[in-house]
Amino acid sequence: MSARLIALGIAFATLVTVPYWMPGDYYINVASQILFYAIFALGLNVLVGYAGLVSLGHAGLFGIAAYATAYMLQTGYGHTAAIVVALIVGIASMAVYAVLSLRSTGIGFIMITLALGEILWGLAYRWISLTGGDNGISVRTRPEPFGFSLASPNTFYYTTLIIFLLSVAAMAVLVRSPFGASLMGTRDQPRRMNALGYHVWMIRFYACLVSGLLTAVSGILFVYYTQFISPQTLALTSSAEVLLMVISGGAGTLLGPIVGATLVVVVKTVVSGFIERWNFLLGAVFVAIVILMPEGLVPGSARLWRLAWRKLNAPAKTAATEGEP
Amino acid sequence: MATSALSLKNIDAYYGDSHVLTDVSFELGEARMLGLLGRNGAGKSTCMSVTMGLLAPRRGEVVVFGDKVTGLSPEMVAAQGVALVPQGRRIFKSLTVRENLMVAARKPDAGSKHAPWIAETVFAMFPRLAERHKQIAAHLSGGEQQMLAIGRALMGNPRVLLMDEPSEGLAPQIVAEVMATIRKLKESGLSIVLVEQNPRLVFDVADDIVILNTGRVAVVSTPAQLDKDGVDLTQHLGVF
Repeated sequence: MSARLIALGIAFATLVTVPYWMPGDYYINVASQILFYAIFALGLNVLVGYAGLVSLGHAGLFGIAAYATAYMLQTGYGHTAAIVVALIVGIASMAVYAVLSLRSTGIGFIMITLALGEILWGLAYRWISLTGGDNGISVRTRPEPFGFSLASPNTFYYTTLIIFLLSVAAMAVLVRSPFGASLMGTRDQPRRMNALGYHVWMIRFYACLVSGLLTAVSGILFVYYTQFISPQTLALTSSAEVLLMVISGGAGTLLGPIVGATLVVVVKTVVSGFIERWNFLLGAVFVAIVILMPEGLVPGSARLWRLAWRKLNAPAKTAATEGEP
Repeated sequence: MATSALSLKNIDAYYGDSHVLTDVSFELGEARMLGLLGRNGAGKSTCMSVTMGLLAPRRGEVVVFGDKVTGLSPEMVAAQGVALVPQGRRIFKSLTVRENLMVAARKPDAGSKHAPWIAETVFAMFPRLAERHKQIAAHLSGGEQQMLAIGRALMGNPRVLLMDEPSEGLAPQIVAEVMATIRKLKESGLSIVLVEQNPRLVFDVADDIVILNTGRVAVVSTPAQLDKDGVDLTQHLGVF
């Protein structure tokens, strides 16, 4: 059995048994937060890591799916309708985002997504008849699929875990598919992909839709978790936070955004209980990552591990060579 | 000359205000190899860019097997069966060798006379790539990267192959290997434009020669004719 398979098995067993060894409901809820923020980060990673497109407006898309769910429930629709509509609205909004922002790449793309995110934040804040303005919208109940209530921390955690595992599996398949290879091709050499016969814009557009789908899924989980949505969720700081998750963990890797989401959520929710200036700590951690592992925690740790392994093995090999006649 | 695979007719191309190609015309026959020679800055790579649709000419037209492709986007030109092995290789360094090939895979045209190129046929031509098919392309040597760039272009099952300085930056032994491959490709019936600065490499394999000088066609001939006429190549190509 390979080391990778063993590590995956341990990670899976750890995730499945979280409610049994976590000290209380609070920490199970933190674990749920980590999982849905990880889905959000995986969604952004499709653009940042695999397509080379940095978005600073993803919180807008996250929020719009959350608002769509909350609005549908407020107007009397059931959970199924609310979730389906939220997914459609989320993907459709991403399509509009993509059409407008894919006119450019690099700084231009960042600025357009930033502007679109701010527009959505402004709408959430000012379109009071629809969004409730600063008061937001409350969600009174959580769904009960097949009579299985998601009201308790444990059941919500397991539902989030299933969706998280499906998202990770889907991402793993996508990255290893021909589409994943062509997406990375457009990131590395767009002109070359063009000359190979690919419609670069269309590949990027599809990548945006995948990203929009994962973002919408996480937005729906978020609104069911908090049972409340307000304009603050769509603010620029939220977009920056998820970008931080992707970059700190390692953009363009499957595990990176998950590790990044864990880091940010733990510092934001758990460490903030002990350290008043947790923002400072998060900033310091980020600076340390940029200096010591500019490629992110996951690829950086892998690099250090390989380096240490080579150094450990080198003296043994030298000794063996010296011993030869 | 046989059927025309590619022809550039009276091309004028610019980079901004710089007039790079002036009234450039040449023709590549089907299943032939045309050697495009010239000094640095003569306009050889620009001819390739114009052919691929990466640079729109201000005047003139590009025709591939009778179909005008001028003004088409690069992906449309590629769909017409034109593939480019670019200068400097430009492989996808974050992808594996096999992924680099698969990303370029296209079905051959319905009426194609040639056996289709698939990853296995590329590996048969370049056994060294087969040995390293799971490796990240960034870890290949310069020669292997060049082989991968050629293999990637072949995976598109092209009718016309444009090769922009495939010997650039390679050790003499590797250059010989690459040239042997190019010779095999020519023998397979592929129509090839080989852009080079080194005329010795081209004269050995090309059927026709076009020499560019400061963006204009200076010589159109064959290697044998150039030898026979005793054309002073240093005038167009500098010291070699």
